[in-house]
Amino acid sequence: MPRFKLIPDNPNVPFLGLRKIFFAFSLALVVASIGIFSVKGMKYGIDFTGGIMIEVKTAEPGRIGIMRDQLKSLNLGAYELQEFGAADDILIRVQAIDSSEKAQQAAVSAVKQALGDGIEYRRTELVGPKVSDELFWNGLYAMVSAIMAILIYIWFRFEWQFGLGAVVALTHDVVTTIGVFSLIQHEFNLATVAAVLTIAGYSINDTVVVFDRVRENLRKYKTMPMAELLNRSANETLSRTVMTSVTTLLALMALYFLGGEIIRDFAFAMIWGVVIGTYSSVCVAVPLLLRLGVERRSADDDGQSSTIEQTSL
Amino acid sequence: MLKFETWKVALIVGLCALGLAFAAPNLVDRSTAEGLPGFLPNKQINLGLDLRGGSHLLLEVEVAVVINERLEALVDSIRTELRKDRTRYTGLGKTATGVTVTINDADKAQASFDKIRALDTGFLTNLSDAGVVTMDMTEQALKERRVAAVEQSIEIVRRRIDETGVREPTIVRQGDDRILVQVPGLDDPERLKRLLGKTAKLTFHLVDEKTSIADALSGRVPPGSMLMPSQSDFDGLGQPRKYLLKKRVMVGGDTLIDASATLDSRTGEPVVSFRFDTVGAKRFADVTMKNVNKPFAILLDGKVLSAPVIREPILGGSGQISGGFSVAEANDLSLLLRAGALPAPLTILEERSVGPGLGADSIAAGKIAALIGLVGVIIFMALYYGRFGMYADIALILNMVIIAGLLSLMQATLTLPGIAGIVLTIGMAVDANVLIFERIREEYKAGRGVMGAVDAGYKRAFVTIIDANVTTLIAAILLFTFGSGPVQGFAVTLAIGIVSSMFTAIWVTRLVVATWLRRTRPSTLNL
Repeated sequence: MPRFKLIPDNPNVPFLGLRKIFFAFSLALVVASIGIFSVKGMKYGIDFTGGIMIEVKTAEPGRIGIMRDQLKSLNLGAYELQEFGAADDILIRVQAIDSSEKAQQAAVSAVKQALGDGIEYRRTELVGPKVSDELFWNGLYAMVSAIMAILIYIWFRFEWQFGLGAVVALTHDVVTTIGVFSLIQHEFNLATVAAVLTIAGYSINDTVVVFDRVRENLRKYKTMPMAELLNRSANETLSRTVMTSVTTLLALMALYFLGGEIIRDFAFAMIWGVVIGTYSSVCVAVPLLLRLGVERRSADDDGQSSTIEQTSL
Repeated sequence: MLKFETWKVALIVGLCALGLAFAAPNLVDRSTAEGLPGFLPNKQINLGLDLRGGSHLLLEVEVAVVINERLEALVDSIRTELRKDRTRYTGLGKTATGVTVTINDADKAQASFDKIRALDTGFLTNLSDAGVVTMDMTEQALKERRVAAVEQSIEIVRRRIDETGVREPTIVRQGDDRILVQVPGLDDPERLKRLLGKTAKLTFHLVDEKTSIADALSGRVPPGSMLMPSQSDFDGLGQPRKYLLKKRVMVGGDTLIDASATLDSRTGEPVVSFRFDTVGAKRFADVTMKNVNKPFAILLDGKVLSAPVIREPILGGSGQISGGFSVAEANDLSLLLRAGALPAPLTILEERSVGPGLGADSIAAGKIAALIGLVGVIIFMALYYGRFGMYADIALILNMVIIAGLLSLMQATLTLPGIAGIVLTIGMAVDANVLIFERIREEYKAGRGVMGAVDAGYKRAFVTIIDANVTTLIAAILLFTFGSGPVQGFAVTLAIGIVSSMFTAIWVTRLVVATWLRRTRPSTLNL
């Protein structure tokens, strides 16, 4: 059977040789992300700010202007209308009013009354200030505790340098994802937090695979210079790294283009995360090990191969 | 590598068969599945509200209102008690969680204190040397009141929703004072919100005719009376007409046993007719007998619905309420009266309603995305790894089936983000196989024989697969723990997907590969 290859046999990309460029590039990305975030801020969804979101389908397309007029006299405060994937599908967002749940509920009724009949209400979401506060903090806890738990796990399974390297790469991915969301002003909501956490899981997954090979090679090549050994490890796993990214991206592309409007921001975050996560595992995490100074320990040989025997079926 | 003990083969095949069996009910429509005999798996995947349409409401019971009512009642009783004894007092009023009053007759202080203390045992009562009585509600009493209010609210909410005739509502308590209501397949969430937004506290009061409205409006409201606005009667300036009512409740809405919306036989106006229980009927008869030709008012949630004059004693224990209702309003009011009053108002903290159209669209889009993603990955794997890729594809399809089976078995809720989790799993599930195949390739290139390379590939990749998947699983578990609603739905499918993909990618493919090797004993590996 004819076979194609994404990666040539025995690749030899000088990842370690290029590390200064990668570090500079990543540092620039992170600094830019922080800069963009502090200037442009984030377009938080109502999950975190509180507010109202109503998605409607109108009988005929192009009624957004008329609807805008209908809502003008309502005294809603800050609100916006946008087409949501189709000309007859309109999303209305209203910022939290008076920070009171009752005022928001009244605003929903007022909007529905002003728009009148002949409209299909596809989605009505209302998040009060109390709940949005809780959602925000819970999201933050989830993110921080996930990173901590992963750090502890890696530390436990490898040496501390690996744990630190993995978390630096992971933080890099999370920060740049936030930067991208700030740059393109896509909505940052509960689903985005889920996406970011999954990115964290995926990125770590990728990093662990390469680290695993580094650990194995440390035992195999006792005298090889560290830079060469790290480079070899990255290249040996390159085919798998690229392959897994491609299959995951295939599935995510399907989700992005076909999964519907609601899921699109989520899929976008994931696609970005897979790309940046793959890059950071190979180009940031591995070269970092050199800088952090991984040590060879002969004690590592103990028991490792016998665990494999026991646990595999 | 080649040898699989019989029990292992049986276990692997058995687990796959179970997954298939539990997934099978999803292939037929719901009523057919429910009609299956009990010994067969008959549960379908439980679709979330975002997919089937419906309303999710998070309500908060305003417990403070209940506490406040109790404090006000206590203030009233203390006033009555002290006046009866002609004890002089000042500074009678509420504090944050209690009541305070200063007794000015030093010789009566101890006696009054004893009486006041006996009024409500849920308070810590204290008397200072200066005659200041302070009463503070105990933690225990506060808690009991809160729990009772929330429990009772849940019961009333359930009755109101049941009265509307919707199917399968979920009504559960959340945290200390919240109620989560999930109602699938609702056409009009506004009506539900209207119904839950009303306390529906109905009382009958006599109208205070001794004081004129003008006096009352200028601030001279007698202590036993209250000024209440009309529900439907407005003056030229859009201000509601005011009524001066006796505070004392003639009869309360809790004594109603039935209510229904009808049309008034004379005017044709929609009205609500009701019936009292025996206690209520007797009390109503007594009061109306003593107050013929005087007006009384029907008060609902602090607004006067109507204030008719009692023409003759009402002895039959039934009557009707008019108040300029539309037919829908009369229907809703009768429903509320049948279901009973809430102990405290409810606030909607969060609402997520999805119309049936969007839900159906989301399912369709999710299905297409999952299908195209699946087909794309299947083709790609087959092209890339040949025979081995196809084995991985078999594992992938089995993985999907097992995920469906597990979701049905656990009755976990599948949401739109949950579908995203499944699509993501499609991409990531093959990772284990990629790891294994790449390893086999490497070992083969390094000079091992076919058997040796395959064997080493599975063994060496195993540790890596475990490490890599555990980290993703950690993320999924944390998502579930800290996330809410939609995020949890995603975490559930992601976690199920990881576990099931490890099973199919490692053991299922291994069994298939071993079977193939044993049959054909190839001398070269085309991977």
